[in-house]
Amino acid sequence: MLSIKNLRAGIEGKEIIKGFNLEVKAGEVHAIMGPNGSGKSTLSNVLAGREDYVVTSGEVLFKEKNILEMSPEDRAREGLFLAFQYPIEIPGVSNINFLKTAINEIRAYKGLPPMEAKDFLKMVKEKQALVELQGSLANRSVNEGFSGGEKKRNEIFQMAMLEPTLAILDETDSGLDIDALRIVANGVNKLRSPQRSFIVITHYQRLLDYIVPDYVHVMYEGKIVKSGGKELALELEEKGYDWIKKEAVEA
Amino acid sequence: MAEQKDILEEHISSEYKYGFTSDIDTETAPPGLNEDIVRFISAKKNEPDWMLEYRLKAFRHWKTMEEPRYWAHLKYPEINFQNIIYYAAPKKKKELKSLDEVDPELLATFEKLGISLEEQKRLSGVQSTIAIDAVIDSVSVKTTFKEVLAEKGIIFCSFSEAVQEHPELVKKYMGSVVPYTDNFYATLNAAVFSDGSFCYIPKGVRCPMELSTYFRINTSGTGQFERTLIIADEGAYVSYLEGCTAPMRDENQLHAAVVEIVSHKNAEVKYSTVQNWYPGDKNGKGGIYNFVTKRGICLEENSKISWTQVETGSAITWKYPSVILKGDNSVGEFYSVAVTNNYQQADTGTKMTHIGKNTRSTIVSKGISAGQSNNSYRGLVRINKGAKNARNFSQCDSLLMSDKCGAHTFPYIEIKDKTAVVEHEATTSKIGEDQIFYCKQRGIDTEKAIGLIVNGYCKEVFNQLPMEFAVEAQKLLAVSLEGSVG
Repeated sequence: MLSIKNLRAGIEGKEIIKGFNLEVKAGEVHAIMGPNGSGKSTLSNVLAGREDYVVTSGEVLFKEKNILEMSPEDRAREGLFLAFQYPIEIPGVSNINFLKTAINEIRAYKGLPPMEAKDFLKMVKEKQALVELQGSLANRSVNEGFSGGEKKRNEIFQMAMLEPTLAILDETDSGLDIDALRIVANGVNKLRSPQRSFIVITHYQRLLDYIVPDYVHVMYEGKIVKSGGKELALELEEKGYDWIKKEAVEA
Repeated sequence: MAEQKDILEEHISSEYKYGFTSDIDTETAPPGLNEDIVRFISAKKNEPDWMLEYRLKAFRHWKTMEEPRYWAHLKYPEINFQNIIYYAAPKKKKELKSLDEVDPELLATFEKLGISLEEQKRLSGVQSTIAIDAVIDSVSVKTTFKEVLAEKGIIFCSFSEAVQEHPELVKKYMGSVVPYTDNFYATLNAAVFSDGSFCYIPKGVRCPMELSTYFRINTSGTGQFERTLIIADEGAYVSYLEGCTAPMRDENQLHAAVVEIVSHKNAEVKYSTVQNWYPGDKNGKGGIYNFVTKRGICLEENSKISWTQVETGSAITWKYPSVILKGDNSVGEFYSVAVTNNYQQADTGTKMTHIGKNTRSTIVSKGISAGQSNNSYRGLVRINKGAKNARNFSQCDSLLMSDKCGAHTFPYIEIKDKTAVVEHEATTSKIGEDQIFYCKQRGIDTEKAIGLIVNGYCKEVFNQLPMEFAVEAQKLLAVSLEGSVG
């Protein structure tokens, strides 16, 4: 599904990702943890194709295609979805209109006709329920005046609507209270399938109580320094990151 | 989606798709302005003496005036008023009896502009038809649906015809809202105006269709000076639309129009404009100077006037559609989207003058600047003494699309009555790279993302437009801003 080899990337001449490797197979959930400034958010931005970031070497294959040569919109149309850490507000544009445009752009890319209005509305209803989003929220402007929790739920709602093959969740748990966290996690769990993979970026083990990962990786200074199963997250929660940093330095 | 794709393709193939010229057999006056030209225009129109006198009074007054050059936030070379042709008209061979007798080239021109002069049958259901007065250069060439409207007592015709057929109405109302002494360009218009639309809705009549005037400048070197007069008598309602285009030329052409609206007791007039005069090329060469005076008066109680404008064209736009709120409980509204790109300049806004008690006004202005353009909002809210409990709400937003453009807001507020409540909000924002990236990450390309974001920004104004116009306005916006983020 996703194969990242020796990726080096940065912003404004500063290298942040320093030889990053990761293999994600279909249906797997990978958690990436790590202290502040280790390059987790940069990684998600680079994968999504944000223009400010420059890739200096390495390769990223997504479904056997080199996505580093693709525009951000084509990556999205290929099925890569990023749930933003800070979802953006677009005043005056309804959530529904926004999603309809997105879905039909993705369908056009695949050579499909625009979705029938009836099917679209049915889908909206169904997927809203997944994240317990109020009907009225779908008609409001994209993220405008949403609470922090609503914004994050809206990200998961969009993910459900766009049905990506790979979803990257960039600190989706940050700023969520325990109820919102559970709703978001439930939504994600319902979207898990043998064809869909997830990369869950988080600071805290808490989210991983709800979204149980297949693998946990610790990122430090731009690369993965330790990988393990879900127990690694618990160990990190207990011992912090210092021992990892020490190990990394010694290595 | 398919529609949006078409817009893009249209845009790639031609930058300003209304930029063609038509080879119409035209009769023109020699360039320059003097009393003889004024008399020539009046004679061409076979006008009564009182009309000629009015023109001459205006012309003599104009000669004493100076071109206003310094107060607006605009830069342009001096206009030589002696180089302009003040009268150009498609030649008429005889009195037209039906559409079949109109010059086919002229019909083709309007066809190309997407304006049908055929009176189609009413479409079934909710969709209403639009009655059109088509003005090319100095004259009105055709007014549609006149007979249907006449059944209800509605008068909708060219201004020239109104002078002939309804002199009592023209005499009573012309100049009552914008006097011939009003300002340099309004005075010039009063002297040399050639045609325009006239509309009278009688007592208690709700106009059953949208009325519309379509203005087209065709002949090189001409100025267009049209005059529109709309009167809604007691309890009447009318929705009026105005559209305009011009050929692409290297020269700057002058358009100095006057629009007057009179709204009587319990009457309502809704006036919508989609202004798409040729804006000049990418380097700022050519384009229309659009110096227009538009004003309405809510003459009696419970009357209402609402202006909605989408300004995408013209090299320079200088216009302030205004409302005088004279009647108690009267309402004035101004909704505006003004887009400037490349080297366009706009200084536009409104004036709301509160005289009556409990009068209310709303101003929503959305400026969008791209390229090297300059976009200014200039608005005056005046609350006179005795205008008890007057209220105004103003919201002026500016959106910047590049680092080289400018957005300016000049709000003037004069309050002479303590009971007034006036609110003013203003924001300036740059179109967000973040917003565009967010859209792209959802599979929406840059062009479409800008369309979404800008249309969202203008939504409050577009919501005020009649359906067909709103669609046209959205398309225009996409075309005007194509490739403009930087």
